[in-house]
Amino acid sequence: MLSKLELLKCSSYFSGLGSDELEAISGLVFEKSYKNGAIIILEGEAAEALYFVASGVVKVFKTSSDGKEQTLAIIRPRETFNEVPIFDGDVNPASVQAMTEVMLYGIRVRDIGNILHTYPLVSTNVIRIMAGRLRHLIALVEDLSFRHVIGRVAKILLEYATDGTSPGPRLTQREMASMAGTAREVVSRSLKNLEKDGFIKIDRQRIIIKDREALNNIVSPLFETNVTDG
Amino acid sequence: MPQIDEEKCDGCGLCISVCLNHGLTIVNEVVARVEGVDCDWCAQCEIVCATGAICCPFEIVIER
Ligand code: SF4
Ligand code: SF4
Repeated sequence: MLSKLELLKCSSYFSGLGSDELEAISGLVFEKSYKNGAIIILEGEAAEALYFVASGVVKVFKTSSDGKEQTLAIIRPRETFNEVPIFDGDVNPASVQAMTEVMLYGIRVRDIGNILHTYPLVSTNVIRIMAGRLRHLIALVEDLSFRHVIGRVAKILLEYATDGTSPGPRLTQREMASMAGTAREVVSRSLKNLEKDGFIKIDRQRIIIKDREALNNIVSPLFETNVTDG
Repeated sequence: MPQIDEEKCDGCGLCISVCLNHGLTIVNEVVARVEGVDCDWCAQCEIVCATGAICCPFEIVIER
């Protein structure tokens, strides 16, 4: 596992700082560990700290009023989460859950304030990082709100389908996402919707097309609202 | 079990820790399948892998 200092050194938040400065900041870093499945941050609660993943993986997600979960990001070692409420002072906009045993390093809100004040270079880094995050979210929101992505996924399924008598090409969700020009999360959600509507069935490593006609209709540009939204 | 590209694997072990079926392990510093494990194709290993070394491709078939 990375030491506090190693983590600060490779974090883009602190790039450009010298070793004395990093040493001083590392004195503000605290440790916290979580079991697999633990909720680390709950949407709507007050934010306490900026977190860095030292080991393990966490997912950032939102839950809709009817209980549907949308993954927004997967955060791996050396990456950070929870910056939005840290910098705007509002509540957590999303929840975060441990996908493995997780060790986090955190810096409390008030200490972040002091760091920004003392080291203006960090503020410049923050702006750059937040702009990158915004770009990722804009792309995700566009795709989640534009229904036609599901049509592109349906098209890919029809194009790559075989009758099952001979082995056909095999596609990962990531590959389907890059073909559809979208994020893997959106493909996963589209497949779930198509399954819920009974057009396909996902049976381990097979996607079985149960209603080819319905998929064809979705692919056609005249497709309007016959697929469950959500 | 998922497809593995050993060349791309850096042995970080993230996929191993997300697999609820304990279907993955490290052998010679790269990921390997644990034989006989019932993989449910949840693709969690693929999702967490940063290098694209492990994946769960789907075969797409039309029901006859
Ligand atoms: S997550 Fe990817 S790189 Fe890490 S051990 Fe697993 S397959 Fe290898
Ligand atoms: S697909 Fe799921 S069950 Fe299979 S090896 Fe990957 S994480 Fe484990």
